[in-house]
Formats: sequence, structure tokens, C-alpha cells
Amino acid sequence: MAIVEIGKKACAVNPLKMSQPIGGALAFMGIRDSMPLFHGSQGCTSFGLVLFVRHFKEAIPLQTTAMSEVATVLGGYENVEQAIVNISNKQKARLIGICSTGVTETKGDDVDAYISLVRQQHPELDDIALVYVSTPDFKDAFQDGWEKTVAKIIEKLVKEPEPDVARDQKKLVVLPGSQYTPGDLDELRDIIEGFGFEPLFLPDLAASLDGHIPDDFTPTSLGGISLEEIAALGDAAHCIALGSHMKLAAETLQKKAGVPFKLFERMIGLLPTDAFIAHLMEISGREVPLRIKRQRSQLVDAMLDGHFHTGGKKIAMGLEPDFFYDLSSFLVEMGCHITAAVSTNATPILEKVQCESVLIGDLEDLERLGAGCDLLITHAHGRQASERLHIPLFRMGLPIFDRLGAGHITAVGYRGARDLIFDIANMFIANAHVARPDTWYPHPAEGADSLASPTVAH
Amino acid sequence: MSSVSATVQDVFNEPACPKNAAKSEKERKKGCTKQLQPGGAAGGCAFDGAKIALQPITDVAHLVHGPIACEGNSWDNRGAYSSGSTLYRTGFTTDLNETDVVFGGEKRLYKSIKEIIEKYNPPSVFVYQTCVPAMIGDDIDAVCKAASKKFGKPIVPVNSPGFVGPKNLGNKLAGEALLAHVIGTVEPEYTTPYDVNIIGEYNLAGEMWQVEPLLKEIGFRILSCISGDAKYTDVASSHRARATMMVCSKAMINITRKLEDLYGIPYFEGSFYGIGDMSDSLRQLAQLVIDRGAPAEFMDRVEAVIAREEKLAWDEIMSYLPRLKGKKVLLITGGVKSWSVVAALQEVGMEIVGTSVKKSTKEDKERIKELMGEDAHAFDDMSPREMYKMLKDARADIMLSGGRSQFIALKANMPWLDINQERHHAYSGYKGMVDLVKEIDKALYNPIWDQVRTIAPWQNAADSWQAKADAEAAREAAELAADPAKAEAKRRSKKICKCKTVDLGTIEDAISTGALTTVEQVVDITHAGSGCTGCRGAIGGILEGLAGGPVVELTLEERRAVKICNCKDVTRGMIEDAVHAKNLTTVAEVTEATNAGGGCTSCCDTIDDILSEIVAPIAVAAE
Repeated sequence: MAIVEIGKKACAVNPLKMSQPIGGALAFMGIRDSMPLFHGSQGCTSFGLVLFVRHFKEAIPLQTTAMSEVATVLGGYENVEQAIVNISNKQKARLIGICSTGVTETKGDDVDAYISLVRQQHPELDDIALVYVSTPDFKDAFQDGWEKTVAKIIEKLVKEPEPDVARDQKKLVVLPGSQYTPGDLDELRDIIEGFGFEPLFLPDLAASLDGHIPDDFTPTSLGGISLEEIAALGDAAHCIALGSHMKLAAETLQKKAGVPFKLFERMIGLLPTDAFIAHLMEISGREVPLRIKRQRSQLVDAMLDGHFHTGGKKIAMGLEPDFFYDLSSFLVEMGCHITAAVSTNATPILEKVQCESVLIGDLEDLERLGAGCDLLITHAHGRQASERLHIPLFRMGLPIFDRLGAGHITAVGYRGARDLIFDIANMFIANAHVARPDTWYPHPAEGADSLASPTVAH
Repeated sequence: MSSVSATVQDVFNEPACPKNAAKSEKERKKGCTKQLQPGGAAGGCAFDGAKIALQPITDVAHLVHGPIACEGNSWDNRGAYSSGSTLYRTGFTTDLNETDVVFGGEKRLYKSIKEIIEKYNPPSVFVYQTCVPAMIGDDIDAVCKAASKKFGKPIVPVNSPGFVGPKNLGNKLAGEALLAHVIGTVEPEYTTPYDVNIIGEYNLAGEMWQVEPLLKEIGFRILSCISGDAKYTDVASSHRARATMMVCSKAMINITRKLEDLYGIPYFEGSFYGIGDMSDSLRQLAQLVIDRGAPAEFMDRVEAVIAREEKLAWDEIMSYLPRLKGKKVLLITGGVKSWSVVAALQEVGMEIVGTSVKKSTKEDKERIKELMGEDAHAFDDMSPREMYKMLKDARADIMLSGGRSQFIALKANMPWLDINQERHHAYSGYKGMVDLVKEIDKALYNPIWDQVRTIAPWQNAADSWQAKADAEAAREAAELAADPAKAEAKRRSKKICKCKTVDLGTIEDAISTGALTTVEQVVDITHAGSGCTGCRGAIGGILEGLAGGPVVELTLEERRAVKICNCKDVTRGMIEDAVHAKNLTTVAEVTEATNAGGGCTSCCDTIDDILSEIVAPIAVAAE
């Protein structure tokens, strides 16, 4: 319904977008014993590392091939080889997930060929899984890096099942999009297990970046789906893909192992959750657990209570395409209007957003379009716009570096939607305009003091 | 205009850097940065360093010419404060796309500059080069030159693409950009005999504001601060100052030194961290302006302010002294803070049991040594397991570090305080010192620590990761004790020279095959000791050890009589007896029982070796 416009500026001001390789790296972090490795200069890695550390407040496994000027010009085979050998020896990673960067893509390093060469030179590393994803910084964005990486992991690591394999009816593969937090995944796991399934999430950030205290020091990812589990995904009876950008991964799994999939483009709100639960009922043939029934009733009540505050509110939103579509649809269903919409790159899903137009742009655009709104929704970098516009900021997406619990913000399921309504409605309540004696009849002439103090309380 | 590599070469030649002065021509050309190890490197790139150094200039638009990663993943993540413009916190990037990579990004860069000037009209735009446009050959110098001419504003190219080296180099390249394009281009409206530059101060969390009011009260005029809370014109007119204080160690030594060479501005290196350092810095700065013609009475004003502020600060700090005295601090940080914080903490009677020198220059390390005596346990890249061992041996009560290593402390249930850039407190000057002490006290005495250290009622203590780490350490020690060949291999694999990665075995072999007798010979042949030279003492020790010939066996009595701890005069025999008699298992226990290791602590590693020799066989026998 929305018209997608591409910004005409040459210079991005206050970027909304984050680069493709770090989307890929985050996907690798949802796999146990893995070490994401950027093929680029050390800054490429350092920036991504700091970003994740500040968002998750956890130790983050991320390594670099540390390309020097000379290596960049001559080609990075030695760096890739050394990095693989070092990570195998030192960090004992079982999977090294290699993402290219702008530097090495500009040079044109053929990393696939490097990997074959490393395989020939180092038979002792046969046990180490190596997955390479091409993720140039100068193309696409975070969500796309995630998408390509999950698809590549399936292509490289899932074993083709025997042609007449008996499918495991309990085994359910979940392919979550990059917008789902560890908290979201835990909520989904809980719901899916309620129907008697044994869900396997690829990637499983809930097992690695959920902020737990690890049993031991580990320089690699702190948990996640194991390589054995990934290899054996092929005999699963079911697959659920969450977010339109996970279609590629789901199709890859179907093609390779014949696992049928169902794609859910939306997961937030009453109706999307109803659809999800209905699907689980259908494929399991089971009753809905009592607690889920109660949760639905709670959500309905929350919607009733919340609509007084959310109704008619104008929202300025800046998020990646799939998350934008999901969250904005939910808010529209709660009576909000999306009056300023900015996303990172043009994908077909944005045309379904319920507003006039979506601009592919940056936070400067959002700030310009968002003046006069009631609420800003974007990642933590929206804080400057929030201050300047005197509009409160509801932090969603990544990075959220100035608040705690970013990994546990839960928006999916009946419970997630319920809490989301409370959080957003409370923000409106807290920032409601408080009337003062001079709100309706200001008399600035009476004294200079009244000029200095704002008439709006925050 | 010189190329990037020529500028890098120039920076490597920095004559004011004592480390550089000690090198041969050939070594100097190689540069001062350690070769990065693929798969083992962490830390920012040269672009990162350049941006950090210049971004605190508040009214300038900082435009990053590169793909989204360089700015999109990192913008607005430093806590440098501004008293005026907030433009420096606005993230500008050309966000290069595929088409730009193929056809070149110069046009986009030019248009970006134009848009910025039309929309924000800053006094200047700083353009940062990154790897990708450097590779495709975008000539940012030319674009900046053309834009400067067209728009009548200084457009400054900062040539520091990430791949040329680490953050440290980027700091200096940023300095070169200021020298080449900014400093000396504007004349101040008027000058006074009290005009000074503060270089290397970034006003993180507003730290400059803990110092600036005092400087102003005394009568100094801060002509420019590079780069905390700075304005473009201040920096551009900094060449007219009477004296310079260099704050952040060596990060911007090139600017400081060239200000002296080109404009005759004398400088000194000082610190605003810690009460003593703060007072010294005020005095030195005053002395420099007096030397250049300011009245000698000026010093009286300085002393008056110092006396008043020191008294105020000490009165407040004294209330914490009984609670903090003797508490042990593990300091994991880099650069300037390594030594400035050491000085500060010692003022409140705290003991520094270790400090990481990952990002410090040799000078920083020397200062630590000077301040702490020979007891500076400097830990290069301490591993998590080693950190845990430190904590467990009760050699630290609190860890101070940057945000990135906090997790080890918190997961080891260790009080922790952030002293790096992500911090929210300002710790400089007299007031800042009081705040730091207050924060340390708050962290140390928070009641949660006792609670988080107890294990859950249903949990088995043996399953905790702490217990597992101990078991692992004991197992390793037992394995070495049981297998002499392996123990020998381990002994020989000990890194002696960290700069050139040379291990003990290599040096021993070189000595015996070449019949070497002097440290210099060893340095020539193995290259050990040719970097920071810090390990030359150790090499001397190895030579002495081998001098008697490796075959001479000590008798049991001679062996027991060897002095292990020179400070407290404790022999191997005394330690062994104590370990046997009291079943000691940790270095801390040995220190408590025998005093060994209670002085400079440099023998703690040897004590640890003795412990593993004795304790491991006991453990094996018990099984």
C-alpha cells in the first residue's frame, strides 16, 4: 500500500543502516562453537564487535583477517589461511564463519578458492567447518547479511537425507529473521514445545546471546544450535520461516532436503499470533495448552486498556524492512498512524506497509519527517533526534546501547504483544502534555521569565 | 601533497619519540607497529584512531568517505562533550554503493560536501578516507581542494584508511592532517602571555570542565584544546600559544613537537589524573609561560589555587582512606590511563597488583615502573583464565577496565568499574579524583557481592565453572609434573620477547650453538630484545644461567639455598618447607606464610612454579 521512495541525497546523515557483514556475523553467533571471521582490515571487525558488545552487554566472538595495506593489494590468502589456523588452534572453534567486507570485495579476493586451497594445505583441519558468505559493505544491509548467511549455512552444512527417510514428526526447524531477539526465540520455543514438538532454531541466539552465565570460559560462541543438529536438520517433518527475508533459507532447505516450510511474514500482534497458533494446531493435531489460551485473553484485555492511549497517535518509525512491516502493522492495528517511515533498503515487503510512503534513507530524514509526531521508534541512535524534537524515543532494533535488556525485549506471542502494548502506552502516559495556568492563554509580555521556560513538561 | 605512505613514514620518523630514537635506520623504516596477527588481533584501525582524535572538534562536520560499515556501525559512540555545537555527533557518510566502487566515489563525495555545507554550514568539513575508496583510487585530497575553492571553506582531507595500521597510527595521521591543513591558518583576534594549548585531551564525560575553570581562575587562556570541546578556529589559531601541555601520552606527539619546531612553542607532558599530577601540571604549565615572559608572580596565583583545591580534595578523600587502604586493584586498560590512574590510586593507599599495557607505549610502561617500582606486573593481553587466576589468588579486590573486558570480572563475581571511553563519570582534576574514589568505594562495598558469590541450594559446588577452572589448572600442572619432556617443552615455550615473539628455547639454543656471551649478541641473532627492549634484562638472566654450563647440577642443599625472593630474603628451601608443612596451594598463601612475593612481587611466577612442582605430585599421588 505504501509507495517506496529512494532518497536522493548523496550523503547519508546519521545512518539508520548497518552493514551486511555484521548481520552475517550475528547469524554465525547463533551456532555453538563457532567463530565469525571478517575478511577485512581490523577496523571492520572492531566496529562490529563494539556494536554487539554494547547492545548485548556480552563477550562477543568475532575475529579478523587483519588485512594490511600490502595484503589488501596482493590478496589475502595468507591472512585467511593464518586466521583459520590460529582460530582452530587457539579458540578451538568447530565452525569458522567467514564474511567478506568492502575492502576484500573491492580487491576481489576469491575466498572460495582460498578455502579449497586451505583444505588442501591443511588436512589436519578437516574437522573444522568453514562457511564463506560474500557480504560486501557497499551493498545491501544488516538483514541481508543475515539472510545470505543462514541460507549458506544450510547449503553447506545440512546433510541430504536418504531418499526414503522416515521424517521425524516431532522435529520442527525454525528459521528466525534477524529482527527476533533471544527473548523472542525463547517465547517461541515455549509455545512450540507446548504442542509436543522439539524445535530447532537456526540460528539460535537464545542459546548464545541471551546473557547467561557460562559454565566455562569460551572464546567462541557461548551456545547455539550444534553442528550435528544442523547436519541432521534434513529429516525434519516441518519448517517455519519467520520474516520475508527468511524465504531464501527455507527454500534452500526444501530444495536440499525436501523439508516443507511455512513462511510467516508477521509475528507481532493478535491476528498474526492466532495464525501461528492455528498452524501449530494443524500440524500437531494437538489441543492448545491452557496457558496459551489464558495469554490470548490477557492480550485482548491489554488491547482494550491500551487503545485509549495508542489511538490516533502519530508514529515516526525507522527500522529494517521486515521488522518495519511487522511492528508498524501491529501499531496500526492499535489505532496509531505511521506518519514518518524510513527504512534501510528497498524490498518488496515495504510496499505492504500501511502508510502513504516509505523512504529509503537515514535518521536525518526521519528527524525531518518526524517533526510533530508523538513517538519515535528506531534504534538507540534515534536519541539525538528525540532530544532535538522533544519527542520520546521507543528503542527497537539493533543497536540499543544505552538501555539494558536489549536481548530480552519480547514482542512475539500473546505475551510479547501484551507487554509491548504496556510499554508503548506507558510511554505515551509518561509524556502526556501537562497543562499549566498559561497553556491556553499565554501572556509572554508579563515577564521575561516565562519566555525562558517551556510550556510543555516532559 | 604527500602520499599516505610518505606521511606514515614521516610519523614513524618522529624524533621526539624516545623509542624511535633508540632504533636503527632500518628498524625505524619498519615502523613502530607490531605486525597484526590474522585471527588473533583485536582493536581499532587507523581510521578509527583518526576519527577518535578529531571528532571532539565540535563545530566541524565529520564526513566519512566509505561504505556504510565505517560510519554506520560506529557513529556517535564516544562520550566527548561539547559546550556548544552538537554537529560533531551527527554521523555523515557517503555510504558508498556498488556503482560507486565501479565508477569511483569522488563525485558522490563532492556532492556530499556540498549538501553538508548547504544544510549545516559548518566552518569546515573533515573528510575521512577509508579502505575501499583508497583502493579504488578516489583522490580525496583533490576533491577537498576543489571543494575548498568552490565553497570558500577549508575542507580537510584526513588520509588514514583502516588498513595502514592500528588506532595508534591513526591518532598520529589525524595530527598530520591538522598540521597540514588547519593549524596556522587563522590568526587569533588578540594574544596574551598566558595563552596555552592543551593537546591530547578529548573532554570525555566533560573531564576538561573539571580542569578548565581552575586554569581560567589562575589566569591562563586556553587558546586551543586538541581536540576536546574544540572549535575549528581555536585549533586553526593554536600556533600562537605560548606553551603546550601534552596530555594523552604519545597519541599526538607529532603535533606537539611540530608546534615547537615550527612556531617555537615549548611543551611538557603531564596528566590531569590524580591530585599530585594535577598540581604538577599546573606548576609546569605556569613555569613555561613564565619562562617566555609572563611575570614570575604568576606562580603565586597557581600555588594559591593548588593549596585550596588540594586541601578540599584531601579532606573528602580522607574519609575513604580507611575503607580503601590496602585494597588491591587489577587495572586492565591502555595508554594514558595505565600510568595516570596508577598515580591516582596510590594516593588513596590502594595497591595495584597488575596492569595491562596492551595499548601503552614504552614510555607508558616506563612510567608505570617509575611509579610502582619494580613491582609492576604488566600483563600483555591477559587471557580470561589468567585473569580468573589473579582474582582467585586473592591478589585483587576490584578490577578497573574498559567496557569490553568487564564481562570477565562480572562473571567472576568481581567488583568492576569502567574507566575507559564508555564511562559516564569524569575523573580528572581534583574533583574527578574524589569522584573516582567515591565510585570505587561504591563498587567495592556494594552488598550484592556476597550474595552473588553464594551458589544456589540445588547446585553442586563442584559443577561451578570456578571449580572446573581450578581443576583444569591442577590437571595441567599434574600432567607437566608427570611428563618431564612436556614440562621441558612448556618451559622452553615461555615467551621472553613479546615484541618479536621469541621463546626461551630459541634463545637457549642460540646461546649454546653460537657460544654467545653478551646480550647484544643474542639480540643480533635472535632479534629478541630488539623491540621495546624490555626483555633485555631477562636475556641477561638466561645468559648467566647458562654461563656455568647447562650440565652443572646443583646439589639438593645448594638448590634449597637459592634465594627466590630478594626483597624479603626467602630461599627455595624455606618456601618448600612452608608449602609441605601447611599444605599451601596458592601464591597468596605462600606470601602470607613466608613473606616471599610480598615485596616487588616479581618472584610470584617462580613461587607458582615451585608450588606446581610440589603440589601436583601430591595431587597425583592422592589419586
